[in-house]
Amino acid sequence: MAEIHNYTMNFGPQHPAAHGVLRLVLEMDGETIQKADPHIGLLHRGTEKLAESKPYNQSIGYMDRLDYVSMMCNEHGYVLAIEKLLGVEVPLRAQYIRVMFDEITRILNHLMWLGAHGLDIGAMTMFLYCFREREDLMDCYEAVSGTRMHAAYYRPGGVYRDLPDSMPRYQYSKFRSKKEIDRLNQVREGSMLDFIQDFSERFPKCVDEYETLLTDNRIWKQRTVNIAVVTPERAIQLGFTGPMLRGSGVEWDLRRKQPYEVYERMDFDIPVGLNGDCYDRYLVRVEELRQSNRIIAQCVEWLRNNPGPVIAADHKVTPPSREQMKGDMESLIHHFKAFTEGYCVPEGEAYAAVEHPKGEFGVYLISDGANKPYRVKVRAPGFPHLAALEEMVKGHMLADVVAVIGTQDIVFGEIDR
Amino acid sequence: MSFSDSLPPQLHVVAITLAQILAVTVVLILCVAYLTLAERKVIGYIQNRIGPNRVGPKGLLQPFADVLKLLLKEVVVPANADRFLFIIAPVLSITPALAAWAVMPLFPGFILANINAGLLYVLALTSLGVYGVILAGWASNSKYAFLGAMRSAAQIVAYEIAMGFALVAVVMASGSLNLGEIVQAQAGGAGLLNWFWLPLFPLFIVYFISGLAETNRAPFDVAEGESEIVAGFHVEYSGVSFAVFFLAEYANMILISALTAVFFLGGWLSPFQGWFAADSLLGAPGFFWFALKTAFFLFCFLWFRATFPRYRYDQIMRLGWKVFIPVTIVWIFVLGAMIAFKLPPWFA
Repeated sequence: MAEIHNYTMNFGPQHPAAHGVLRLVLEMDGETIQKADPHIGLLHRGTEKLAESKPYNQSIGYMDRLDYVSMMCNEHGYVLAIEKLLGVEVPLRAQYIRVMFDEITRILNHLMWLGAHGLDIGAMTMFLYCFREREDLMDCYEAVSGTRMHAAYYRPGGVYRDLPDSMPRYQYSKFRSKKEIDRLNQVREGSMLDFIQDFSERFPKCVDEYETLLTDNRIWKQRTVNIAVVTPERAIQLGFTGPMLRGSGVEWDLRRKQPYEVYERMDFDIPVGLNGDCYDRYLVRVEELRQSNRIIAQCVEWLRNNPGPVIAADHKVTPPSREQMKGDMESLIHHFKAFTEGYCVPEGEAYAAVEHPKGEFGVYLISDGANKPYRVKVRAPGFPHLAALEEMVKGHMLADVVAVIGTQDIVFGEIDR
Repeated sequence: MSFSDSLPPQLHVVAITLAQILAVTVVLILCVAYLTLAERKVIGYIQNRIGPNRVGPKGLLQPFADVLKLLLKEVVVPANADRFLFIIAPVLSITPALAAWAVMPLFPGFILANINAGLLYVLALTSLGVYGVILAGWASNSKYAFLGAMRSAAQIVAYEIAMGFALVAVVMASGSLNLGEIVQAQAGGAGLLNWFWLPLFPLFIVYFISGLAETNRAPFDVAEGESEIVAGFHVEYSGVSFAVFFLAEYANMILISALTAVFFLGGWLSPFQGWFAADSLLGAPGFFWFALKTAFFLFCFLWFRATFPRYRYDQIMRLGWKVFIPVTIVWIFVLGAMIAFKLPPWFA
């Protein structure tokens, strides 16, 4: 009888830890991974191709659906690339709003990651704790854009509208006591900025709470320390960005190295890891939660004191206000043009990248002068991370594969596009 | 002239025993049903949720709704599975969990079977339970289930030894293998300070943690390993056969909690024995104390599940072999010294 050493195992696409639709073909020796072969493409929707056939603004909504847990950051990359080609000036207030929502998005993403990572390693309470805070930020999304997930809030030239003066409130129902609803609504009485300020004041305590459950937990450390170590050199070679790169000790953050919007005015620190293992990446992301919160507080402060326009006044690109449109013929024409054929972008190409919660999210845009892009290429941070999966899990055990998928913060929307 | 008086005396005994067995089993299964609800409620509140509250008042009928649902589901036997073993495995895992209750001292003077080697019987039965898991994993003919079974088999060996050593110490301390006498041996004027948890403290911890591991509960639930091997050994089970595994897991939890209470926390003894009068509410021994202690350990089961991440399989092995077994062996010698020097109040 032939001696069998290894066997293959299909991990996913329907697997509780596959983070969507990852299909991983594992070659295992007992529980030890010899080879891991990630298969992608199960969530391919042809975003880049679809963008070629519609006016620029109509693809913003597709960007939300790339990395569907950090929606506005995706929009940001796309909008920045268009602005680069158009050369429009974004009002300062819009830049602050964008930075604030980028950081809210970062917290949203990292909370989702923390919850899912915890759940993968078996700490299921984390998931629900994280979602408690996530819900508040989702409310911010809803207040500002009308929808919780796919906001389509950023526009070339600014943002769709100014921050609202009121927050959506909970209604009385038989499912919750009146007292509890009053408690929930108490912070929602004022404007949106009041709500965000309140959030940024209580959020550090919540992060402390997450950390008490995990950071010094022996089991958590046993499961993450020295798992999937990536050296700084290797991380750069593999094309890592974001917390994956910073976890390995490389201090690289586009918000600092190539500041966009108003990041150079912000006071924040960039956490880096020492060992490049799952635990360091965990610490980096948790610290980023705190730093993002700091940035949000600074933005709130500025936005309170500086009212102003939130979208460029160049109505060749941005639609005019409703009011202007009613009384002014030219504005009516602008409005009609903006919502039928959109705007034409000068011929050329541009690459714009933002520090997305997962890494460098870049959009490479080629325009042939029409109202639709000639080509859109999205640089998804998750793609090179997933490509390094085999290297990271080789020699580890099956349970570590789950930890590694968690630490990479994989979302298939952006990888498959 | 009642019905029981009309029976011959031998049958009389059999009828009473059967009635007792039935009563214990029915109550036990009801406890299992409500333990599932308690788990969902307790973990729910720990996680800022409220848990099930739709079926019946406050969700109290939820377990019955679950049972009904599972009973109505189709039992799918995979095409390449070993049919016989596949069906018998869940039965093998529930039987020991129920049978072990035969020697459980529930309240003063009540044991279904007052046998002298009760502790050995318990040890044997709790070890048997794992065969259900291994056979289920093997018979399913699925890689995930197989991995679960292998993990379970390796785990049980390590923890069974630690558990056995912890029980050796209990036998040494009480001088008996009979569970009722073990409880009696812990009685004394110092109330809860008289119980074995104090002189056997490391073993008490080791025993309870081994119990966690043996029932495949978090953080030792690698045989099930939700996020790694999907559901482990019972990944292919559905409907009633799944329900039986579920039942067995919870029955085992209750069993381990009850045994811990009996071995280390004085079973049905009152924690205030000697502090209050023996016939007062707080001073008298009774079923109430036994249930309270068991409930406490059950709560710990749920609490741990909501709090801890899951160990990796090799880390569990390391903990079992390199930490628990040495601790138990060392403490057996310490205990030997304590007994030799007749350390009061336990061994005087």
